[in-house]
Amino acid sequence: MKFNDITQFATASLRGSPARTLLMMLAMSIGVAAVVVLTALGEGARGYVVGQFSALGTNLVIVMPGRTETAGISPGMLIGQVPREITLDDAEAILRSPAVKRIAPLTVGSALLSHGSLSREVVVLGSTSDLLAVRHMAMSMGRFLPAGDLHESTPVCVLGDELRRQLFGNAPAVGQWVRLGDRRFRVIGVLAPQGESMGMRTDELAIVPIAAAHQLFNTSGVFRVLIEAKSRESIGSAQRDAERILFQRHGEKDVTVITQDAVLATFDRILTALTMAVGGIAAISLAVAGVLIMNVMLIAVAQRVKEIGLLKALGASGRLIRNLFFAEAALLSGVGAITGLGLGYLGSLLIRQLYPIIPASPPWWAVLAACGTAIGTGILFSVWPARRAARLDPVAALAGR
Amino acid sequence: MARESGMAEKEAEMSGKQPGMGSKEPGMIELSQVSRIFTVGDQQVGALRGIDLSIGAGDYVSIMGPSGSGKSTLLNLIGLLDRPTSGTYKLEGRDVTSLNDVQQARVRSEKIGFVFQAFHLVPRLTAAMNIELPMILAGLPAEERKFRVREALANYGLLERADHRPDQLSGGQRQRVAIARATSMHPSVLLADEPTGNLDQTTGKEVLHLLEQLHEQGVALVMVTHDPAIGGRAERQIHMVDGKIVSVTGDGG
Repeated sequence: MKFNDITQFATASLRGSPARTLLMMLAMSIGVAAVVVLTALGEGARGYVVGQFSALGTNLVIVMPGRTETAGISPGMLIGQVPREITLDDAEAILRSPAVKRIAPLTVGSALLSHGSLSREVVVLGSTSDLLAVRHMAMSMGRFLPAGDLHESTPVCVLGDELRRQLFGNAPAVGQWVRLGDRRFRVIGVLAPQGESMGMRTDELAIVPIAAAHQLFNTSGVFRVLIEAKSRESIGSAQRDAERILFQRHGEKDVTVITQDAVLATFDRILTALTMAVGGIAAISLAVAGVLIMNVMLIAVAQRVKEIGLLKALGASGRLIRNLFFAEAALLSGVGAITGLGLGYLGSLLIRQLYPIIPASPPWWAVLAACGTAIGTGILFSVWPARRAARLDPVAALAGR
Repeated sequence: MARESGMAEKEAEMSGKQPGMGSKEPGMIELSQVSRIFTVGDQQVGALRGIDLSIGAGDYVSIMGPSGSGKSTLLNLIGLLDRPTSGTYKLEGRDVTSLNDVQQARVRSEKIGFVFQAFHLVPRLTAAMNIELPMILAGLPAEERKFRVREALANYGLLERADHRPDQLSGGQRQRVAIARATSMHPSVLLADEPTGNLDQTTGKEVLHLLEQLHEQGVALVMVTHDPAIGGRAERQIHMVDGKIVSVTGDGG
C-alpha cells in the first residue's frame, strides 16, 4: 500500500467518527497549547527581567562599599553600614583603567522638594553628567547635569517627569527655582518618562550634582559607583581594575565589585529553569492526551473489528493494518499538535496584547519539544492498539467476534 | 510495495493459470490430510478432520453440509484466513501453510477473491471506493485503479451507484459491489460463503448467474451453501458432515 493511500485511508477513517476525532485533537491541542503558552510566559518573564537589566545600562560594573559575600544588588538601594566609604577621588581613580569608558558615582538620600506652595518628599540622587549615558536615561526638556569638576557643587537639578507634572503642571519647569531640603536649586532639565526599572522610578527622582548632594545630606561617601566598561569583552578587566585600584588606595579589600552580567546570568538561569519546569508540567497534559489516544484507538479497534477482518481478507497483512492505525494516531496527534501550536501562539499573542511589558513568545525548544512529545506519545500509545488490531484473527474478526 | 507486487505478477505468470487442467494432474488447490482443531475451553473440537481435496484452475465446486460441518472453516482455510492444525495446503504448487503473515496477505491479495454472505462492505466508503479497496491495499497506481474501478462498475451495472454508500444500496447491488471488489485484483479463485444467503430469490439468482459468468471466464469458483438447489448447479458438489468429506458428486469426481 502506498504512503499516500495509507494517509488517505487513515484520514477517511478518522472522518468516519468526527466527534471522537475532534475531541482527541482537542485534548492533544490543549496539551500542546499549554506547553506553548506557559513556556511563552516563562520566556516573557525572562525577557522582562533581562530588559529591565539592560535598561539599567549596558556593560555595567557596580562598586559598592563594604565586603559582602552575596552577589546581588538591592534594588531599593538600602543604605547599609559603611565600614569605609568610597570617596569621589576613589571614583575618579577608577577612570584610569583602560577598560573603563565612563563612571557615575551615586549618592542617595531623601529630601523635601518644594516649589511655591507645593512640596513633597523625594529621592535625591547625587551624581555626575555621565549618569545620563551610563544609565541610558533620556531628557525630555533642558539638559542634564553639567560636566566638570566632581567636587563643584552647582545648585542645579534635573527632575523626573512625574515630579515636574506634580510641581509645575503644564507650566514650564526649566529655569524655575525649587527648594530641596534647605537649599535652592535651579531646574535645568526634565527626564523623559521612563517608568519603573528595577524598583527605582526615575520619574520621581531629583538628580543633583554629587557634591551638592554631599552638602545637602552632610556626607562625603559614595553609595555606588556605576562603571561602564568599554565593551562587553572588557567587563572582566574593568571589574579587576576597579578592585585593584581601590585596593591600592584603601590598602585592603573593603569594596565589593559586581558585574551586571553576573546578576543577569543568575536571573537568566533561574528563569530559564522555571520556564523548563513549567513547560515540563504542561507536558504532563500531553502524556494524558497520549493515554486518551490509546483509549480511543482501542475503542476504534474494537469498533472496527469487522473492517479489520475484511481488510485482511482483501489482502492486508498484519503489518499493513498496524501501519494504518499508526497513521491514524500520527495524523490525530500531528493535526492536534499543529492546532495546539496555533492556539498557543494565539494565546501568547493575547498575553502580549494584554501585557505589552511581558515579551511572551514561546522558545523554539519548547515548540519543538511540545510537537515532538505530542506526536511521540500519540504513536507510542497507539503501539498496543495497533498491535492488537494487527493480530486479530481474520475469521473471528469477520464474524464480529 | 509496488515492486513486490510486480514481482509476484511475474511469478504468477510463470506458474501460469492453466484453464482446462485435468483433475488427474495436481490441481491449483491441493489439500492433503488437512485438519483444523479448535480449542474451546479445555475441549478440542475438530472442525476439519483429514480433508483431501483437489480443485483445478477454473473449476466450479460447491461445498455443502449442515451447519457446523466445517464447510466455512474449509473455505477460510483455502482463503488463507485460517491455518490448518496439520496437513498441507498447496496453492499453485506452492506450500502456502508455511508462509508468514505478509506472504500470505500477498497471496490473498493476488490470487483469492472473497464474497461473503453479509457482503462486508466498508460502510463509510462509496461503492467505487469499496471496489478500489483491494487495489489500494495491493499498492496499485491510482490511474490503474481508477480505470479498473470504472470497468468493474460498468461490468456490474453499478455506474449510477458509484458514489452511493452501502446503506444507500439494495442487497443485490451490495453483493454486486462485493463481487466487483473480489474480482478487482483478477484472482484465480473466487471463494463465496453463502453468497445468496442474505438475498431474496430473484436477486439471489442474479448474483449466482454473475458468479457463474465469472467461472465461465476462467476463474475457479468455490461456493459454500446449505441450499442443494444452488449447490447442485456446480460441476462438483462436496458434501461435508462433522469435518469430513462424505461424498463428492458431479463430473469432477
